Amino acid sequence: MELDLSLGDIWVYLSAGPLLHLTLTVLAYLLGDAVFRRSGKRALLNPVLLSILLLVTILAVTDTDYPTYFAGAQFVHFMLGPATVALAVPLYRNLRLIRELWFPILLSIVTGTVVSATSAVLIARWLGASEQTLISLAPKSVTAPVAMGIAEKVGGLPSLSAALVVLTGVLGAVIGPAVLALVRVRDDRARGLALGVSSHGIGTARAFQISDLAGAFSALAMGLMALVSAFALPFVLRWAFGA
Amino acid sequence: MALKFIALLLICQLAGEVFVVPTGLPVPGPVVGMALLFAGLALRGSVPVGLGRVVDVLLSHLSLLFVPAGVGVMLHIVMLRTEWAAISVALVLSTVLTILVTGLVMKVLIRWLERRGGEA
Repeated sequence: MELDLSLGDIWVYLSAGPLLHLTLTVLAYLLGDAVFRRSGKRALLNPVLLSILLLVTILAVTDTDYPTYFAGAQFVHFMLGPATVALAVPLYRNLRLIRELWFPILLSIVTGTVVSATSAVLIARWLGASEQTLISLAPKSVTAPVAMGIAEKVGGLPSLSAALVVLTGVLGAVIGPAVLALVRVRDDRARGLALGVSSHGIGTARAFQISDLAGAFSALAMGLMALVSAFALPFVLRWAFGA
Repeated sequence: MALKFIALLLICQLAGEVFVVPTGLPVPGPVVGMALLFAGLALRGSVPVGLGRVVDVLLSHLSLLFVPAGVGVMLHIVMLRTEWAAISVALVLSTVLTILVTGLVMKVLIRWLERRGGEA
Protein backbone atom coordinates (compact mmCIF):
# COMPACT_ATOMS: atom_id res chain seq x y z
CA MET A 1 0.00 0.00 0.00
CA GLU A 2 1.24 3.42 -0.96
CA LEU A 3 0.68 5.63 2.05
CA ASP A 4 2.83 8.66 1.35
CA LEU A 5 -0.01 10.79 -0.01
CA SER A 6 0.69 14.50 0.21
CA LEU A 7 -1.83 16.86 1.72
CA GLY A 8 -2.51 18.11 -1.80
CA ASP A 9 -3.41 14.62 -2.98
CA ILE A 10 -5.84 14.15 -0.11
CA TRP A 11 -7.39 17.51 -0.94
CA VAL A 12 -7.79 16.55 -4.59
CA TYR A 13 -9.36 13.25 -3.59
CA LEU A 14 -11.83 14.83 -1.16
CA SER A 15 -12.73 17.66 -3.55
CA ALA A 16 -14.01 15.14 -6.06
CA GLY A 17 -16.87 14.02 -3.78
CA PRO A 18 -19.65 16.01 -2.15
CA LEU A 19 -18.63 15.19 1.44
CA LEU A 20 -15.95 17.85 1.83
CA HIS A 21 -18.04 20.86 0.82
CA LEU A 22 -21.11 19.60 2.64
CA THR A 23 -19.07 19.29 5.83
CA LEU A 24 -17.43 22.69 5.29
CA THR A 25 -20.85 24.33 4.88
CA VAL A 26 -22.17 22.90 8.14
CA LEU A 27 -18.94 23.65 10.02
CA ALA A 28 -18.77 27.23 8.70
CA TYR A 29 -22.33 27.78 9.88
CA LEU A 30 -21.67 26.25 13.31
CA LEU A 31 -18.64 28.50 13.67
CA GLY A 32 -20.61 31.57 12.52
CA ASP A 33 -23.41 30.72 14.93
CA ALA A 34 -20.96 30.22 17.81
CA VAL A 35 -19.35 33.61 17.15
CA PHE A 36 -22.82 35.21 16.94
CA ARG A 37 -23.86 33.73 20.31
CA ARG A 38 -20.54 34.46 22.02
CA SER A 39 -20.78 38.11 20.97
CA GLY A 40 -24.14 38.44 22.72
CA LYS A 41 -25.95 38.22 19.36
CA ARG A 42 -24.48 41.34 17.78
CA ALA A 43 -26.38 42.07 14.56
CA LEU A 44 -23.26 42.53 12.41
CA LEU A 45 -22.02 39.08 13.35
CA ASN A 46 -25.02 37.46 11.68
CA PRO A 47 -24.31 33.71 11.31
CA VAL A 48 -25.43 33.59 7.64
CA LEU A 49 -23.20 36.54 6.76
CA LEU A 50 -20.19 35.12 8.64
CA SER A 51 -20.46 31.64 7.16
CA ILE A 52 -20.88 32.98 3.60
CA LEU A 53 -17.80 35.21 4.00
CA LEU A 54 -15.80 32.33 5.45
CA LEU A 55 -16.80 29.90 2.69
CA VAL A 56 -16.17 32.40 -0.11
CA THR A 57 -12.71 32.98 1.36
CA ILE A 58 -12.00 29.24 1.57
CA LEU A 59 -13.18 28.69 -2.02
CA ALA A 60 -11.06 31.59 -3.27
CA VAL A 61 -7.95 30.39 -1.42
CA THR A 62 -8.34 26.79 -2.62
CA ASP A 63 -9.30 27.95 -6.13
CA THR A 64 -12.58 26.00 -6.06
CA ASP A 65 -15.37 26.99 -8.44
CA TYR A 66 -19.01 27.30 -7.39
CA PRO A 67 -20.36 24.20 -9.21
CA THR A 68 -17.78 22.05 -7.37
CA TYR A 69 -18.78 23.61 -4.06
CA PHE A 70 -22.48 23.30 -4.81
CA ALA A 71 -22.17 19.59 -5.60
CA GLY A 72 -21.68 19.16 -1.85
CA ALA A 73 -23.70 22.09 -0.53
CA GLN A 74 -26.79 21.12 -2.54
CA PHE A 75 -27.81 18.70 0.20
CA VAL A 76 -28.20 21.63 2.60
CA HIS A 77 -29.75 23.78 -0.13
CA PHE A 78 -32.30 21.07 -0.89
CA MET A 79 -33.72 21.26 2.64
CA LEU A 80 -35.07 24.74 1.81
CA GLY A 81 -38.03 23.07 0.07
CA PRO A 82 -39.22 20.94 3.00
CA ALA A 83 -38.47 23.85 5.36
CA THR A 84 -40.74 26.12 3.30
CA VAL A 85 -43.51 23.51 3.50
CA ALA A 86 -42.87 23.26 7.26
CA LEU A 87 -43.68 26.97 7.68
CA ALA A 88 -47.35 25.91 7.50
CA VAL A 89 -47.03 24.71 11.11
CA PRO A 90 -46.13 28.02 12.81
CA LEU A 91 -48.70 29.70 10.54
CA TYR A 92 -51.36 27.30 11.73
CA ARG A 93 -50.30 27.65 15.37
CA ASN A 94 -50.83 31.41 15.11
CA LEU A 95 -53.94 31.23 12.98
CA ARG A 96 -56.16 32.91 15.58
CA LEU A 97 -53.86 35.95 15.83
CA ILE A 98 -53.50 36.17 12.07
CA ARG A 99 -57.24 35.96 11.52
CA GLU A 100 -57.87 38.74 14.04
CA LEU A 101 -55.49 41.03 12.15
CA TRP A 102 -56.13 40.13 8.53
CA PHE A 103 -56.76 43.73 7.51
CA PRO A 104 -53.60 45.30 9.00
CA ILE A 105 -51.57 42.35 7.72
CA LEU A 106 -52.81 42.68 4.16
CA LEU A 107 -52.46 46.45 4.04
CA SER A 108 -48.93 46.50 5.51
CA ILE A 109 -47.75 43.74 3.20
CA VAL A 110 -49.06 45.48 0.07
CA THR A 111 -47.59 48.81 1.22
CA GLY A 112 -44.23 47.18 1.98
CA THR A 113 -44.17 45.40 -1.38
CA VAL A 114 -44.78 48.64 -3.28
CA VAL A 115 -42.19 50.56 -1.23
CA SER A 116 -39.56 47.84 -1.69
CA ALA A 117 -39.69 47.62 -5.48
CA THR A 118 -40.28 51.33 -6.19
CA SER A 119 -37.64 52.70 -3.84
CA ALA A 120 -34.98 50.26 -5.06
CA VAL A 121 -35.61 51.04 -8.73
CA LEU A 122 -35.87 54.82 -8.26
CA ILE A 123 -32.72 55.12 -6.14
CA ALA A 124 -30.64 52.91 -8.47
CA ARG A 125 -31.90 54.77 -11.54
CA TRP A 126 -31.05 58.09 -9.95
CA LEU A 127 -27.52 56.75 -9.41
CA GLY A 128 -27.26 55.67 -13.03
CA ALA A 129 -27.74 51.90 -12.99
CA SER A 130 -28.52 50.20 -16.31
CA GLU A 131 -32.05 49.15 -17.21
CA GLN A 132 -31.22 45.45 -16.92
CA THR A 133 -29.85 46.01 -13.43
CA LEU A 134 -32.97 47.97 -12.46
CA ILE A 135 -35.25 45.13 -13.59
CA SER A 136 -33.11 42.57 -11.75
CA LEU A 137 -33.17 44.77 -8.66
CA ALA A 138 -36.96 45.27 -8.52
CA PRO A 139 -37.82 41.85 -6.99
CA LYS A 140 -34.95 42.01 -4.45
CA SER A 141 -37.24 41.43 -1.44
CA VAL A 142 -39.11 38.51 -3.00
CA THR A 143 -38.16 34.97 -2.06
CA ALA A 144 -35.41 33.77 -4.45
CA PRO A 145 -37.23 31.31 -6.76
CA VAL A 146 -40.10 33.76 -7.38
CA ALA A 147 -37.71 36.70 -7.83
CA MET A 148 -35.76 34.77 -10.47
CA GLY A 149 -39.00 33.94 -12.28
CA ILE A 150 -40.04 37.59 -12.31
CA ALA A 151 -36.65 38.81 -13.58
CA GLU A 152 -36.65 36.20 -16.33
CA LYS A 153 -40.12 37.18 -17.52
CA VAL A 154 -39.30 40.87 -17.89
CA GLY A 155 -35.77 40.71 -19.31
CA GLY A 156 -33.66 41.00 -16.18
CA LEU A 157 -30.88 38.60 -15.18
CA PRO A 158 -32.30 35.82 -12.98
CA SER A 159 -28.93 34.94 -11.44
CA LEU A 160 -28.21 38.60 -10.63
CA SER A 161 -31.66 38.83 -9.03
CA ALA A 162 -30.88 35.77 -6.91
CA ALA A 163 -27.65 37.37 -5.70
CA LEU A 164 -29.41 40.67 -4.91
CA VAL A 165 -32.16 38.76 -3.08
CA VAL A 166 -29.59 37.06 -0.84
CA LEU A 167 -27.78 40.37 -0.20
CA THR A 168 -31.08 42.04 0.67
CA GLY A 169 -32.01 39.18 2.99
CA VAL A 170 -28.73 39.30 4.88
CA LEU A 171 -28.90 43.11 5.03
CA GLY A 172 -32.44 43.06 6.41
CA ALA A 173 -31.59 40.38 8.96
CA VAL A 174 -28.56 42.37 10.11
CA ILE A 175 -30.04 45.89 10.33
CA GLY A 176 -33.79 45.15 10.52
CA PRO A 177 -34.18 44.70 14.28
CA ALA A 178 -32.13 47.88 14.94
CA VAL A 179 -34.16 49.93 12.45
CA LEU A 180 -37.40 48.73 14.06
CA ALA A 181 -36.11 49.54 17.55
CA LEU A 182 -35.15 53.01 16.36
CA VAL A 183 -38.73 53.84 15.36
CA ARG A 184 -40.07 52.04 18.46
CA VAL A 185 -41.80 49.17 16.71
CA ARG A 186 -41.70 46.66 19.58
CA ASP A 187 -44.69 44.48 18.70
CA ASP A 188 -43.44 41.05 17.57
CA ARG A 189 -46.25 40.84 15.02
CA ALA A 190 -45.14 44.08 13.34
CA ARG A 191 -41.44 43.18 13.62
CA GLY A 192 -42.00 39.77 12.03
CA LEU A 193 -44.10 41.24 9.25
CA ALA A 194 -41.49 43.89 8.41
CA LEU A 195 -38.68 41.31 8.32
CA GLY A 196 -40.68 38.95 6.11
CA VAL A 197 -41.76 41.61 3.61
CA SER A 198 -38.29 43.13 3.26
CA SER A 199 -36.05 40.10 3.64
CA HIS A 200 -38.03 36.95 2.74
CA GLY A 201 -36.65 33.66 4.17
CA ILE A 202 -33.45 35.07 5.65
CA GLY A 203 -35.54 37.70 7.45
CA THR A 204 -37.91 34.94 8.56
CA ALA A 205 -35.02 32.92 9.98
CA ARG A 206 -33.98 36.07 11.90
CA ALA A 207 -37.59 36.61 13.07
CA PHE A 208 -37.72 33.09 14.53
CA GLN A 209 -34.72 34.12 16.68
CA ILE A 210 -36.89 36.93 18.10
CA SER A 211 -39.91 34.73 18.87
CA ASP A 212 -42.15 32.07 17.42
CA LEU A 213 -44.84 34.73 16.94
CA ALA A 214 -42.51 37.02 14.99
CA GLY A 215 -41.44 34.02 12.90
CA ALA A 216 -45.01 33.07 12.02
CA PHE A 217 -45.88 36.62 10.94
CA SER A 218 -42.67 36.82 8.95
CA ALA A 219 -43.42 33.53 7.17
CA LEU A 220 -46.89 34.78 6.34
CA ALA A 221 -45.50 38.08 5.04
CA MET A 222 -42.90 36.31 2.90
CA GLY A 223 -45.55 34.07 1.32
CA LEU A 224 -48.13 36.78 0.61
CA MET A 225 -45.45 39.21 -0.58
CA ALA A 226 -44.22 36.59 -3.08
CA LEU A 227 -47.78 36.01 -4.26
CA VAL A 228 -48.54 39.74 -4.75
CA SER A 229 -45.19 40.32 -6.50
CA ALA A 230 -45.47 37.27 -8.75
CA PHE A 231 -48.74 38.50 -10.18
CA ALA A 232 -48.30 42.29 -10.12
CA LEU A 233 -44.59 43.05 -10.59
CA PRO A 234 -44.16 41.70 -14.17
CA PHE A 235 -47.02 43.92 -15.36
CA VAL A 236 -45.73 46.99 -13.55
CA LEU A 237 -42.18 46.47 -14.84
CA ARG A 238 -43.34 45.95 -18.41
CA TRP A 239 -45.33 49.13 -18.16
CA ALA A 240 -42.46 51.08 -16.56
CA PHE A 241 -39.72 49.92 -18.93
CA GLY A 242 -41.80 49.16 -22.00
CA ALA A 243 -40.13 45.75 -22.09
CA MET B 1 -42.24 8.35 14.30
CA ALA B 2 -40.29 11.22 12.80
CA LEU B 3 -39.76 9.59 9.40
CA LYS B 4 -43.50 9.58 8.71
CA PHE B 5 -43.63 13.36 9.12
CA ILE B 6 -40.51 13.96 7.02
CA ALA B 7 -42.29 11.96 4.31
CA LEU B 8 -45.37 14.17 4.78
CA LEU B 9 -43.30 17.34 4.20
CA LEU B 10 -41.72 15.81 1.07
CA ILE B 11 -45.12 14.67 -0.25
CA CYS B 12 -46.56 18.17 0.19
CA GLN B 13 -43.58 19.65 -1.64
CA LEU B 14 -43.88 17.09 -4.43
CA ALA B 15 -47.63 17.74 -4.76
CA GLY B 16 -46.84 21.45 -4.94
CA GLU B 17 -44.32 20.95 -7.75
CA VAL B 18 -46.72 18.69 -9.63
CA PHE B 19 -49.42 21.34 -9.32
CA VAL B 20 -47.20 24.26 -10.40
CA VAL B 21 -45.53 22.83 -13.51
CA PRO B 22 -48.59 22.18 -15.72
CA THR B 23 -50.59 25.21 -14.50
CA GLY B 24 -47.68 27.59 -15.12
CA LEU B 25 -48.49 29.34 -11.83
CA PRO B 26 -45.76 31.91 -11.05
CA VAL B 27 -45.34 30.57 -7.51
CA PRO B 28 -42.67 28.06 -6.41
CA GLY B 29 -43.76 24.48 -5.69
CA PRO B 30 -42.78 24.51 -1.99
CA VAL B 31 -45.02 27.56 -1.40
CA VAL B 32 -47.98 25.62 -2.83
CA GLY B 33 -46.84 22.68 -0.66
CA MET B 34 -47.00 24.98 2.36
CA ALA B 35 -50.57 25.95 1.44
CA LEU B 36 -51.49 22.26 1.09
CA LEU B 37 -50.05 21.35 4.49
CA PHE B 38 -51.79 24.36 6.00
CA ALA B 39 -55.12 23.24 4.51
CA GLY B 40 -54.52 19.73 5.89
CA LEU B 41 -53.82 21.09 9.38
CA ALA B 42 -56.94 23.26 9.22
CA LEU B 43 -59.06 20.25 8.22
CA ARG B 44 -57.56 18.12 11.00
CA GLY B 45 -57.96 20.92 13.53
CA SER B 46 -54.58 20.44 15.24
CA VAL B 47 -50.84 19.89 14.67
CA PRO B 48 -49.75 16.24 15.26
CA VAL B 49 -47.19 16.18 18.10
CA GLY B 50 -44.59 14.36 15.98
CA LEU B 51 -44.93 16.81 13.11
CA GLY B 52 -44.50 19.73 15.48
CA ARG B 53 -41.26 18.20 16.76
CA VAL B 54 -39.82 17.59 13.27
CA VAL B 55 -40.78 21.09 12.11
CA ASP B 56 -39.29 22.78 15.17
CA VAL B 57 -35.95 21.07 14.56
CA LEU B 58 -36.01 21.96 10.85
CA LEU B 59 -36.95 25.62 11.42
CA SER B 60 -34.47 26.13 14.25
CA HIS B 61 -31.73 25.75 11.61
CA LEU B 62 -33.48 27.73 8.88
CA SER B 63 -30.57 30.20 8.54
CA LEU B 64 -28.12 27.44 7.64
CA LEU B 65 -30.18 26.50 4.58
CA PHE B 66 -29.51 29.87 2.92
CA VAL B 67 -25.74 29.56 3.07
CA PRO B 68 -25.14 27.59 -0.21
CA ALA B 69 -27.20 30.10 -2.23
CA GLY B 70 -25.43 32.94 -0.46
CA VAL B 71 -22.05 31.64 -1.50
CA GLY B 72 -23.40 31.84 -5.08
CA VAL B 73 -23.26 35.61 -4.68
CA MET B 74 -19.53 35.32 -5.34
CA LEU B 75 -20.37 34.47 -8.94
CA HIS B 76 -21.74 37.96 -9.33
CA ILE B 77 -19.00 39.92 -7.66
CA VAL B 78 -17.59 40.78 -11.08
CA MET B 79 -20.94 41.95 -12.41
CA LEU B 80 -21.69 43.86 -9.22
CA ARG B 81 -18.35 45.64 -9.38
CA THR B 82 -19.31 47.75 -12.40
CA GLU B 83 -22.43 49.21 -10.77
CA TRP B 84 -21.34 48.63 -7.22
CA ALA B 85 -22.19 52.07 -5.82
CA ALA B 86 -25.66 52.38 -7.32
CA ILE B 87 -26.65 48.86 -6.30
CA SER B 88 -25.37 49.01 -2.74
CA VAL B 89 -26.87 52.42 -2.00
CA ALA B 90 -30.19 51.31 -3.49
CA LEU B 91 -30.15 48.03 -1.52
CA VAL B 92 -29.37 49.65 1.82
CA LEU B 93 -31.76 52.61 1.53
CA SER B 94 -34.59 50.57 0.06
CA THR B 95 -34.26 47.82 2.68
CA VAL B 96 -34.27 50.33 5.55
CA LEU B 97 -37.25 52.14 4.02
CA THR B 98 -39.22 48.91 3.46
CA ILE B 99 -38.65 47.70 7.02
CA LEU B 100 -39.48 51.12 8.43
CA VAL B 101 -42.69 51.61 6.46
CA THR B 102 -44.00 48.04 6.88
CA GLY B 103 -43.29 47.96 10.62
CA LEU B 104 -44.84 51.39 11.23
CA VAL B 105 -47.96 50.75 9.11
CA MET B 106 -48.54 47.47 10.94
CA LYS B 107 -47.95 49.06 14.36
CA VAL B 108 -50.34 51.95 13.67
CA LEU B 109 -53.04 49.65 12.26
CA ILE B 110 -52.81 47.21 15.19
CA ARG B 111 -53.19 50.14 17.59
CA TRP B 112 -56.10 51.55 15.64
CA LEU B 113 -57.85 48.17 15.57
CA GLU B 114 -57.28 47.53 19.29
CA ARG B 115 -58.52 51.00 20.22
CA ARG B 116 -61.62 50.49 18.10
CA GLY B 117 -62.10 47.02 19.66
CA GLY B 118 -61.76 48.60 23.13
CA GLU B 119 -64.50 51.13 22.40
CA ALA B 120 -66.94 48.60 21.01
